[in-house]
Amino acid sequence: MAVTPLSVVPVVPASEDLAVYPLALRGLTVSYGQKPAIFSVDASFVPGQMTAIIGPNGAGKSTLLKAALGIITPLSGHVTVFGKALVDQRQRIAYVPQRASVDWDFPTRVIDVVLMGLYRELGLLGRIRRSHHDRAMACLTRVGMQDFATRQIGQLSGGQQQRVFLARALAQNADLYLLDEPFAGVDAATEKAIIAVLKDLRDAGRTIVAVHHDLATVAEYFDRALLLNVRRIAEGPVDQIVTPDLLERTYGGQLTMARMDPAQTAS
Amino acid sequence: MSGQVFVALSLTPLLIGVLAAIACAVPGNFLLLRRQALIGDAISHVVLPGIVVAFLVTGRVSAWPMMLGAAAAAVVAVVLIEVIRRLGRIEPGAAMGVIFTAMFAGGVLLLEQSDTSNVHLDVEHALMGNLESLIWLDALGWTSLLDPRALAGLPPELTRLAVVTALVAVLTWLFWRPLKITTFDEGFAHGVGLPNTVIGLGLVILSAVAAVAAFDAVGSIIVIAMFICPPAAARLMTNRLETQVALSVLLAALSAILGYIFAGFGPLWLGFDNSVSAAGMIATVSGLMLLAAAIVGPHRRQT
Amino acid sequence: MVLGLGYNAMLVMVGAGLLGIAAGVTGTFLFLRKRALVGDAIAHATLPGIGLAFLLMVALGGDGRNLAVLLIGAAVTAALGLLCVHWISTKTRLSEDTAIGAVLSVFFGFGVMLLTVIQNVPSGRQAGLDGLLLGATAGMLYADAVLIAVGGAVALAASLALSRPMTMVAFDAGFAGISGVNVVRIDLATMGLVLMVTVVGLKIVGLILIVALLIIPPVAARFWTDHAMRVAILAGTMGGVSGVVGAGLSATAPDLPTGPIIVLVAFAAFLISLIMAPDRGVLAAWFRHRRFERRVHLRQGLLALGQGQPIYERFTLRLLQKAGLVRADGVATDRGVGAALDALRDEARWAIMRADPGFDTLVNRHDGLSPIDTLLTADQIAEIDTRLNGATP
Repeated sequence: MAVTPLSVVPVVPASEDLAVYPLALRGLTVSYGQKPAIFSVDASFVPGQMTAIIGPNGAGKSTLLKAALGIITPLSGHVTVFGKALVDQRQRIAYVPQRASVDWDFPTRVIDVVLMGLYRELGLLGRIRRSHHDRAMACLTRVGMQDFATRQIGQLSGGQQQRVFLARALAQNADLYLLDEPFAGVDAATEKAIIAVLKDLRDAGRTIVAVHHDLATVAEYFDRALLLNVRRIAEGPVDQIVTPDLLERTYGGQLTMARMDPAQTAS
Repeated sequence: MSGQVFVALSLTPLLIGVLAAIACAVPGNFLLLRRQALIGDAISHVVLPGIVVAFLVTGRVSAWPMMLGAAAAAVVAVVLIEVIRRLGRIEPGAAMGVIFTAMFAGGVLLLEQSDTSNVHLDVEHALMGNLESLIWLDALGWTSLLDPRALAGLPPELTRLAVVTALVAVLTWLFWRPLKITTFDEGFAHGVGLPNTVIGLGLVILSAVAAVAAFDAVGSIIVIAMFICPPAAARLMTNRLETQVALSVLLAALSAILGYIFAGFGPLWLGFDNSVSAAGMIATVSGLMLLAAAIVGPHRRQT
Repeated sequence: MVLGLGYNAMLVMVGAGLLGIAAGVTGTFLFLRKRALVGDAIAHATLPGIGLAFLLMVALGGDGRNLAVLLIGAAVTAALGLLCVHWISTKTRLSEDTAIGAVLSVFFGFGVMLLTVIQNVPSGRQAGLDGLLLGATAGMLYADAVLIAVGGAVALAASLALSRPMTMVAFDAGFAGISGVNVVRIDLATMGLVLMVTVVGLKIVGLILIVALLIIPPVAARFWTDHAMRVAILAGTMGGVSGVVGAGLSATAPDLPTGPIIVLVAFAAFLISLIMAPDRGVLAAWFRHRRFERRVHLRQGLLALGQGQPIYERFTLRLLQKAGLVRADGVATDRGVGAALDALRDEARWAIMRADPGFDTLVNRHDGLSPIDTLLTADQIAEIDTRLNGATP
């Protein structure tokens, strides 16, 4: 009987060199109960590229990022960051959680949130100097939020909140950026501003991985895509990955709702 | 009132009240923002079994073992609450309610069963505290503050609370950034390598230590008022964490001072001749402050 | 044993049993509405009411010991406390748990202050008000015992009468609203019942621990069933048994305070449920998790073998080795090669099924780790395999 490989990407050779990848996952399985949220996912995120993680609701997209970062303990699997264990490489990663995961009623100002991005440099008691402050302001300027520095964070719109989160990630000056749904519930102007900043980062050689849910914009925004629905369906350059056949394999019955003719516009 | 009477009878209870209020209010700010205000409730209830067990193990009423016992009880309680919450998929409030009531009941039972008649450890005292009894008999007046022999006679509760309050202040200062970051954004904190669980547990232990130290003075239930009311009132008056913590310290001290004065002299002003419970009055005053903040506080509503 | 306890103790046991059932049933709805600790605020807020009622009775020339009046006072300030919790959590940015903590501690503090006032009133020292803190049934007046037994019966009747609409609201407030149940009114009624249970329980369990009777039996019952009405019935049973057994035990010896004993009996029932319950219990969950972990690792190991990928996890290798699928040096045995090919084929079949809306129910329900021939008929599998072979060259 014919045996199909699990994905369109060639099987990884046994002697692979994980160090070339900013982030590599091998056999990652996470389960919240008796059903895996992600099962045996292999993924290699290519340096200097923007990769979208795409899949239906409940496909385990956020779970994948959280497990990669060690926020959730996986049931099994192997994660390397630039070829090394995560703990030695934290300073090279910036993580932008889902905007809705924090309490925006927290009593603090925009600039204070951005300064959190400098924590690894400042440490427990390092004094915030003029230079730190200037850098935080520069990050805010890059996302167009320089006029909001002293605002209370609770007064921001959804899009502005997302920009502040991005500014904080910029302050971390990382090599690998992991973003969880950066475009969820933001206005069109913010979406444009964020994608411009991310593309600048990419052009400067940084690696971007973002959970994304809008099939219509994947091909326009990203270089590569990982299709995920509990299992990895496929991974590769967007034009080879975002195809009707693979999307149907990813979304199954949900595709009718999700399809927005991305493949046609992409090709 | 003469200096001698004031120093001997009022100075130390006043100081103890103020220190207890501050030691609880500072960690209370973070509990409040982490939506764990009721952890203060749970902690203060499990302080009793912790103390009783420490007493049964060591056989005497001594402060540091009891503090250890209470801190251990707090950790046990928090771990059990977490276990029940996760395994039983039970909401945190209910999980807390199961654990702290059961542990408190165990504490009361142990206390009633063990022979504590010769030591001052009784349920009523544990619930209500007795601030008024913490007087400084060796004091002859203000000059006693400079007299080493008189200072040696200071109530030990005062020294203990001073140490604990200093500890709370130093740790909060030292770990300000991790506390702030983990409280605001757990996911991000994890990303930069801050151990959320350790910091969360550290906060609980620190709160437990503050609760035990304050427990002598104000009892286990009124401690909850000190954990919650000053930070909650401060939260309604400012939108900056730094200001909120500073304000909560101020409000805590103020409610301790006003509460003590009203309890001691209020009835006299009204023509009665007996004072009322200072701890109860302190809780009442802090509640009134919260009420005032809830009515006129500049940031009482969500923006 | 029971006969030796005397008439009062018997009445107390009956009262405690009725109260336990009522508390278990009422507490279930409080718990399912995720408001378990509101009961704690209510309970602590009774103290100032007790004090004020006593002072009022003394001011009017009585001796202040009428339990019924004390309980009415308790109910009044408890209701006020409940109102405060509601007001703070809706009108300010503070969360409900903050409001609960503030109200319970401040009201209690104010109550403690009143108690010190009462101690200075002639007859105040003998009033036995501190018995209401932790419950005291020793030497109880006959009239008080009757009051408690009747109060328990009334609370029970009311909670049973309201249990159907309360179940609906607890299960799905939105749906209950659509089907014509007045959700606000039912919530209010639930709070009223909580108030009633609390007040009746003051003398037996005491105000600090009464909340335990509202929380522990429902949480314990929740481990055994997912069905709201069954949770209520089971919680009522556990509460009732705890009440009777606890009150009985406490009456046998002088050093056994009623409230804590009842709470600890309920807690024992909880512990048994936590550990032993068949589905949600700790033991069951632990075994299930271990089994699941093995299945995942074994499956992943086989897939890796089939695709010639390296296996990074030692646990996986050990499992494969134990099952005789790989040799000690990590090379697959003949059986291992066969199993790996089976696993790969199943994985491919699952992929086909996942892309086919016709299999949605099966795919969504199943974890996708078991051999397909245990789930589908031979015909269905053959059909999938045709598609499988057609799809890939």
